[in-house]
Amino acid sequence: MSTEIEDTAATATPPQKFTALSRMFHWLTAILIFAALLIGFTMVNWLAGYATLRVIHMSIGALILLVVVLRIVNRVRHHPPAWPPTVGRLEGKAVIWLERALYALLLAQPLVGWAMVSASGTPIRVFGVLRLPPIAPFNIDVFSVLREAHSILAYLLVVVIAAHVSTVLAHAVVLSDGMLRRMTFHIGRRERSKS
Amino acid sequence: MTASPKPRPTWGGVPLTRRRVLLGMAAVGGFLAVDLGAVAYAGGWIGTAHRLTPDNFIRAFAWVNGKQSGFRKNHAKGVAVAGYFESNGNGREVSSAVVFRSGRTPVVGRFSLAGGNAHATDMAGTARGLGLAFGFSGGSQWRTAMLNLPVFPDNSAQGFYDRLLASKASPDTGKPDPQAMAAFLAAHPETAKAMKIIGQSPPSPGFADSTFRSLNTFYFISESGSRTPVRWSLVPVTPPAPRPSSGPNALFDALVGQIRSGPLQWKLMLTVGAPSDPLDDATRPWPADRRAIDAGTLTLTSIETERAGNARDINFDPLVLPPGIERSDDPLLSPRSAVYAASYRVRARESTNSPTVNVDEVAP
Repeated sequence: MSTEIEDTAATATPPQKFTALSRMFHWLTAILIFAALLIGFTMVNWLAGYATLRVIHMSIGALILLVVVLRIVNRVRHHPPAWPPTVGRLEGKAVIWLERALYALLLAQPLVGWAMVSASGTPIRVFGVLRLPPIAPFNIDVFSVLREAHSILAYLLVVVIAAHVSTVLAHAVVLSDGMLRRMTFHIGRRERSKS
Repeated sequence: MTASPKPRPTWGGVPLTRRRVLLGMAAVGGFLAVDLGAVAYAGGWIGTAHRLTPDNFIRAFAWVNGKQSGFRKNHAKGVAVAGYFESNGNGREVSSAVVFRSGRTPVVGRFSLAGGNAHATDMAGTARGLGLAFGFSGGSQWRTAMLNLPVFPDNSAQGFYDRLLASKASPDTGKPDPQAMAAFLAAHPETAKAMKIIGQSPPSPGFADSTFRSLNTFYFISESGSRTPVRWSLVPVTPPAPRPSSGPNALFDALVGQIRSGPLQWKLMLTVGAPSDPLDDATRPWPADRRAIDAGTLTLTSIETERAGNARDINFDPLVLPPGIERSDDPLLSPRSAVYAASYRVRARESTNSPTVNVDEVAP
């Protein structure tokens, strides 16, 4: 991709950037998942906002599912750029598992949400118009398992995302190794001098 | 300097400075504080002391009724029914919903008595509920949970909650504490007024001859996009002669006998509101002269004990609406949806118990 060449040319120091498409997918997912999680946690505790937030939550969930499927295709087709040399062997292993867990959770959570509503026999309409078909039989026991799983997966997402962001922040701030810059869009260059 | 040469700790081959590590801890700590703080607030772990949540209702129902494992937290006692709605097409004037096109839509439903005690004795004065799911389990479903009351006693979630707490039977008398109820009514004049209206229309002998009402207002959207405020009701068609019955399940036993001897029918009336009518206050009736559209006939043909896979497992969430019907600004609607969902989740994970109304045990 031409962007990759441009990026490589623009960044003189080792850490190469993800493709522009990958970066766009990443930040789109970040915004959507933060919104979906916060709205999800909020709506079940907010009587007056529940009805409106539920509709928004399900629409965002459907969008996440779509974006994550596209991302997985993109991830398989494009190998991400190498990590900075600061990532050790053991840390590298942890990072690989963290990434896999994140992809798995991002894929599973909207599917579980969709299946859970299906199991309650309730139709799903997203963005006010698009009707999603049921993907689980009407069965309250199936609903119960999926409903509890939806909460557990939400907390797991919070933990895994917190670990993901903390790791990158630690690298970027403590080591200044350009870990975060692989994923950012640069508007005007402000290279930090390394000591 | 005499300090012993201590090797500086490294991470990934990079020597760490104190300044860098502190900065990193601040960045990570700051992120985690905001991130986990937001989750904790949204999830209700912090800051819920002064807001009413669905969980408060679930706990209040348990406090008033005791543990009712596997049952709905309100309207716990009930029986499943099924039949169909025969639309005459008149409803299309106000709504594009598929259910109002001429023809038949299958319906599953549930008759119930208000209150969270699944083993309560049938009383004529207890509010009667009818939950219906038109077109279950299709994509254009319309669910409704109605009562045989002319108006609803409360116009806010807080009002309902306060009334629920005040209604707890005192262990000495078996009746609500009169002082608590008086204090509640003094604080909620809207309920006092609604109770007066409810008292003026005494209940019919049984379920079969009860008129059930939506109570909340909804907007009906026509094919041309016009929005009409509507409250609907089910008006009994030539109710069968009241069937003498007694015992703790007198009302349900009579219903079972009536459906066995022939289908029960109601007319679905869509009452059209005026902009000046109370559209967001379920405690206030609309003027009696409002036009009502006869949209068709509900026929209930079968009745069965609540069991896995029938109406027992349906959450009659009043906001499961088809295209062509939308919610109004009535502040009861979203809380009803939220609390029904909480009740559904809780009872789904509880172990189930035999329902009190057992159709097979009713003498023919």
